[in-house]
Amino acid sequence: MVIERIEAQLPGAILEHHAFRGDETIIVAGTRFLDVVDLIFGEGYQLLLDVTAVDLEAPDYRFEVVYHWLNLASQARLRIKVPVAEGAAQPSLVSRFKSADWAEREVFDLFGIPFEGHPNLTRLLMWEDFPGHPLRKDFPLDGGDLFCSQDIGASFAPEARSLNA
Amino acid sequence: MEPTAKSSDRMIVNMGPSHPVTHGTLHIVLELEGEIIVKATPNIGYLHRGVEKLGENLTYQQFIPLTDRLNYCSSLMNNVGYTVAVEKLLGIQDPPRSQVLRVLCSELARIGDHLVCIGINAVDIGAFTAFLYLFRERETIYDLFEMMAGQRLHSSFTRIGGLFRDIPPEFEPLCEQFLESCPRTVDEMESLLTHNPIWADRTKGVGAITPDNAINWGYTGPCLRAAGVPQDLRKAQPYLGYESYEFDIPVGTTGDIYDRYLVRTEEIRQSLRIVRQCLDRLRQIGPGPVIIEDYKIALPPKEKVYTRMESLIHHFKLIMHGIEMPVGEVYSATEAANGELGFYLVSHGAKSPYRIHVRPPCYPIFSSFEEQVRGRIIADAVSVLGGMNVIAGELDR
Repeated sequence: MVIERIEAQLPGAILEHHAFRGDETIIVAGTRFLDVVDLIFGEGYQLLLDVTAVDLEAPDYRFEVVYHWLNLASQARLRIKVPVAEGAAQPSLVSRFKSADWAEREVFDLFGIPFEGHPNLTRLLMWEDFPGHPLRKDFPLDGGDLFCSQDIGASFAPEARSLNA
Repeated sequence: MEPTAKSSDRMIVNMGPSHPVTHGTLHIVLELEGEIIVKATPNIGYLHRGVEKLGENLTYQQFIPLTDRLNYCSSLMNNVGYTVAVEKLLGIQDPPRSQVLRVLCSELARIGDHLVCIGINAVDIGAFTAFLYLFRERETIYDLFEMMAGQRLHSSFTRIGGLFRDIPPEFEPLCEQFLESCPRTVDEMESLLTHNPIWADRTKGVGAITPDNAINWGYTGPCLRAAGVPQDLRKAQPYLGYESYEFDIPVGTTGDIYDRYLVRTEEIRQSLRIVRQCLDRLRQIGPGPVIIEDYKIALPPKEKVYTRMESLIHHFKLIMHGIEMPVGEVYSATEAANGELGFYLVSHGAKSPYRIHVRPPCYPIFSSFEEQVRGRIIADAVSVLGGMNVIAGELDR
């Protein structure tokens, strides 16, 4: 339903959509994302439950930022996924959803995806000078043994500094 | 209240990382002008264990013990929430007896969680007695958990497709006894707190929030219901057959700490009603399987593994290669004691999830902490923190 209305009002914004086990998912291009959010906000999807990301290790769009919305009136859920290339920024939703504040900081912290327009984009769960972003697939599970050896893990450090700057 | 003095006159007070009212390790930096809070900066992550990263390297079954450690006040409910998510991904349902038992243990865990939340909130504010009454009941709940799962805190009671085992015969008499005594304890607690002028002074109007603002902050659970939004997933999006139980959803009006307390108190009573119905239903259903008999998902019984070739193969395959998962992604939410506990699973068909994400209920609620306490006194920060029921284990994951 909501998918048809988005397609009618914003033709071409939805790159793809599918439903698996009753979960409606739409994939939206990053450039049209804010328009789609405006539209679904008006449709009643006003509870932004969660923002997270998946590291797909795909060559052109490495990450997918995943949003989960709940419509309290109809109890419908909607998942929006936005493909993001490595180093590219995703528009922030903080001005509209306060719950996006910490959720986006967490995604920035753990994946290194910057959010454009976020008022305070700093690390949240990891400490300020932590090297790298732990939920990226190329980050080693043991953290690269940061505390046992000085040079292992250092390969992640320059990138972390550039994003924290 | 607007800040008047120069910022250099402000006093910085660290609340935490190990402060008696934080109940877990979290750190709040308060900037004060006299007694008034001008700025509060929560600093979290002290209990970050990288659960999501670990989950990507464990099988679906092996993740269950990690869910215990999310909200350690009601670990059974996390077990249930996680297995419901994996079952949604698999497209299966657990047997009827297991569903009733899951509802039963979830509601006991909800009662336990609310008792802790109210008791601790009262202790922080200075009412020590109520806490002692409530913890007597919580002790019985943990005895019941021990009978069910063999463990008090870290229960790991559920399995994908059902439960680890059925409840023992001693469970029912003790549970009946609990149903007798708990309402009396809740009455006693209410007589100590509800009309207590000190309790009312410290909680009424503190942390008040409008429904729109609460939704914008991503509130769910008792905190959202206290603000006047009757959102409860057990009614709104029933799972585990919750639609067939009789219970009511208490709703507050102002969203302040006092309303959250009243909502939690009433939810304890409603959960007791559900527990009563569960016990009756278990008697009706009678003995039966508590885990599905699909040996490609759940382990076959040990007797079969030792005596039959096929079962041995199933056992070996499940342990070594895990469950054959479909490719896809699901988000499954259950109503935990604090609000919506969501699990987002992405499967690429391997034995471990490609991505597993936990949506803890207290994370968005706690992110509103600064707005809730700005312009108020330090003592209010203590009440607000207690009323939010922040559990550092699920906050930091």
